[in-house]
Amino acid sequence: MEQAKIAELQKKAIEIKLDILEEVFSASSGHPGGSMSIAEILTYLYFVEMKVDPKNPKWEDRDRFVLSKGHCAPGLYAALAEKGFFPKEDLKTFRKVDSYLQGHPDMKGVPGVDMSSGSLGLGISTACGMALSGKIYNKDYRVYSVLGDGELAEGQVWEAAMFAAHYKLDNLCAFVDFNGLQIDGAIVDVMNSTPIDEKYKAFGWNVIVIDGHDFNQIESAVEAAKATKGKPTMIVCKTTKGKGVSFMENQAGWHGKAPNAEEYEKAVAELKAQL
Amino acid sequence: MSDKIATREAYGKALAEFGEKYDFVVFDADLAEATKTIMFKKKFPERHFDCGIAEGNMVSVAAGVAATGKIPFVSTFAMFAAGRSFEQIRNSIGYPHLNVKIGATHGGISVGEDGATHQCNEDFATMRAIPGMTVICPADAVEARAVVEAAILHEGPVYMRFGRFAVPTLFDQETYKFEIGKGVQMADGKDVTIVANGLMVEQALIAKDKLAEEGISARVINMATIKPIDKDILVKAAKETGAIVTAEEHSVIGGLGSAVCETLAEECPVPVKKVGVMDQFGRSGKVPPLLEMYGLTANDIVAKAKEAIALK
Repeated sequence: MEQAKIAELQKKAIEIKLDILEEVFSASSGHPGGSMSIAEILTYLYFVEMKVDPKNPKWEDRDRFVLSKGHCAPGLYAALAEKGFFPKEDLKTFRKVDSYLQGHPDMKGVPGVDMSSGSLGLGISTACGMALSGKIYNKDYRVYSVLGDGELAEGQVWEAAMFAAHYKLDNLCAFVDFNGLQIDGAIVDVMNSTPIDEKYKAFGWNVIVIDGHDFNQIESAVEAAKATKGKPTMIVCKTTKGKGVSFMENQAGWHGKAPNAEEYEKAVAELKAQL
Repeated sequence: MSDKIATREAYGKALAEFGEKYDFVVFDADLAEATKTIMFKKKFPERHFDCGIAEGNMVSVAAGVAATGKIPFVSTFAMFAAGRSFEQIRNSIGYPHLNVKIGATHGGISVGEDGATHQCNEDFATMRAIPGMTVICPADAVEARAVVEAAILHEGPVYMRFGRFAVPTLFDQETYKFEIGKGVQMADGKDVTIVANGLMVEQALIAKDKLAEEGISARVINMATIKPIDKDILVKAAKETGAIVTAEEHSVIGGLGSAVCETLAEECPVPVKKVGVMDQFGRSGKVPPLLEMYGLTANDIVAKAKEAIALK
């Protein structure tokens, strides 16, 4: 990828992180840590890869995205707003009682959300359904999904892993946000889902391990997924929870907590300095 | 009454029949022989997908298919649909109100020998509690076929419960018209109304004849749609007969009896007595003795009808 393009995407990812902080701060609740760790993945998907039309969110032939780790809705909403699916100022209404921006993604209410999600483990199965439908009805759209590493403890994730490989869903490309932390602590302490790559290989997936904040690596992996026939692809993304804000990085405590006014200002200042 | 046919058999046949006329796909979880989706699979192998023994994934996969604008049916036993996959049905299908048709077979205690783990007497309760869900339990093969077509034509999620046990055909396929949300009066009467569904409709008709022998005139309503319940036919029955008996192959907690009570308590309170499974688990056995043991016979309806009338 050209340096100028990388710089442009990095800027967009920081804008998305600023949006995430604004959403969570305005709501006084929400999930900043895991939203920030997938900001580059979301940026790449919505600003490079996916065929979507903000003016026609239900376009039949669009690529689909399912946020299986639905609690990171602030990240998805930020990407959708930046892409033009709805006004950016609406992000301030996140989680408020008169807002359409629900705490977890709601496909009925939010333009650009392709599937309601939030209960962990269910999203990746719905992504499999979308991919299978594309195969049955000869559509060439692709389906993307992001899972959390803590989410991998849900048994249904592995039912879906079997299903996707069995039906050769090579139009499905999933990401694991491998930031190593979940609510109760480190995943290796709470419930060890590693080795993630070996597990997915054993389930019959094409597996690629990357740095999930590196646009060049995200691009190569997504391109490799598109070139892979006969099996789904899992891109295991090594990431940093809370990436971009020094005091949030690698802190399980920032999984589901909103910053106070002082913390918010400090975080915004840090991110703006990176622009 | 003609030959006995299980409603699951009629379900499989209907899928195969309507597969020609309508565009839908069918998912099963390693039970195609039992749920009878095998009949559809034989005719349309490219539209039938086995998900293996993974019902939760199957339900969410179907939701994903529906999100692309297509119609999926998912089939497994009622226990593994409305029970095991309750949360997937609620969150993947119900919350986004996706157009998935759930064909749950082996509902109720008439599963027989497999026993309690496979006898789902709670599915009306769990499915009815999901906002926007339509819940239907047909009484015979003719109605089961009609329910399948109505579900295909209905926009939104539908839960259909079919039985394993062969039951008599009560309706005439040439003349029977099924409408979601409409009860069907099978016999008129003035002293009490029996509101039944599934295999209890046959028992209700037998009970009506037994009551007639004792000079009691019973109205019989087949209430295949548990949700949305037919308020009008219930209020009319309450006003005109003054006492109600409900009869269902389901727990007395949360099913047809509860739906009838909820409706009449608000609209037209009259005594209601419930025939159903009394807050118990099932057990293994042949179906007729099981139905007797659990109080699901015409005689039980007769007894409850008298109790209801006495409360007037």
